[in-house]
Amino acid sequence: MAVAAKILRSELDQKAWDAVCDVPDPEVPVLTIEDLGVLRDVHVQTDGSVQVSITPTYTGCPAMSMFAFDIEAALLSAGFERVDVKTVLTPAWTTDWLTEKAREKLRVYGIAPPNGKASRRALFGEEQVRCPKCNSAKTRRISEFGSTACKALYRCNDCSEPFDYFKCI
Amino acid sequence: MTDTALFTYCMRLADDSAILSQRLGEWCGHASHLEEDIALTNIALDLIGHARELYTYAGQIEGKGRDEDALCFHRVEREFNNLLLVEQPNDDFAYAIMRQFLFSAFMLPFWEAMMSSKDEQLAGLAAKAEKEATYHLRHSAEWVIRLGDGTEESHNRINNALEFLWMYTGEMFECDEVVSSLVAEEVAIDPMSIKHLWDETVNTVLVRANLERPTESWMQTGGRKGEHSEHLGHILSPMQYLQRSFPQAQW
Repeated sequence: MAVAAKILRSELDQKAWDAVCDVPDPEVPVLTIEDLGVLRDVHVQTDGSVQVSITPTYTGCPAMSMFAFDIEAALLSAGFERVDVKTVLTPAWTTDWLTEKAREKLRVYGIAPPNGKASRRALFGEEQVRCPKCNSAKTRRISEFGSTACKALYRCNDCSEPFDYFKCI
Repeated sequence: MTDTALFTYCMRLADDSAILSQRLGEWCGHASHLEEDIALTNIALDLIGHARELYTYAGQIEGKGRDEDALCFHRVEREFNNLLLVEQPNDDFAYAIMRQFLFSAFMLPFWEAMMSSKDEQLAGLAAKAEKEATYHLRHSAEWVIRLGDGTEESHNRINNALEFLWMYTGEMFECDEVVSSLVAEEVAIDPMSIKHLWDETVNTVLVRANLERPTESWMQTGGRKGEHSEHLGHILSPMQYLQRSFPQAQW
């Protein structure tokens, strides 16, 4: 995530960051917690324990406990002995934190990346979403809620492919 | 005293979310079609997330070592302070949809306003919850319109749901001393300050759904004081069974 990544980290913090940044999302395995912006901060305390802050995409996201488990495992295997994973809510996660690279990864994987924020407000009307397979703009929403809380289900009218859309929040 | 008020306030919000999520969860495997099954349980999941945050925070405020599980699963019916609206049964899909719509139309402006609360925890949760509530409202509003503007059968059923649930909507706008003391501290939201937004959403959607807004009349209340309809006990028994049988069980 851009803001966290720009902060200058000590060598040890960087080592810990590098050990956890590639932990994949269990539901969207092409994205890492760093790509998603779920990984907010990694800090090695003076007593050697590592404090990791993560933020949920959705408040009830069931992947959070999986993230915490994988983060702990990654740090332990990198030689750190104690790990404390904290969940922080502020600032609230937004799809705007997804990097261009992450959006491209999603598209290649078959998930339409989130549109801009503006379309979210409308109470009625559908967002225009491009098919990640054939790039057609002629798609329709099947369900606002897809296989996970963060996705909606769409279908392409041109190539008939059903696909997930990573919702804008 | 402020801590007591804040604890009560958080518990009310937590109970609203927990009980409604339990109601929505009852649709798992029973909704009209797979996508709707997933939608209702996805909304339930968001609400569980809100409840967990709120119970955990309330437990910290209380300072007696009660965690989210203790607060959600080890209290009895009269200690629950949820709105009567959210405990109303699923009898019919139309009831579940109307209940969600009336509640989400309130919660969206509620969370939006809560984002400027002086309480950082509540403001932080609100910033996440308002995004989720946007989808809950849109989903339920679309269904209200589809059913109201559908067949004679679907119109009648959603209209029955509206008429039945209407008397439980007044409770959302009640402001007792718990709320008013926290409003004065700019921590809580004065529900009357968002009433016009709720009215606007409800009116817009009902018009599109060819439904008539019920006339203002007597409103049933009591949930905030622990006085519930007969349904709450029947929700709590399956919900709390596991923790009561195996206290300390971990997810």
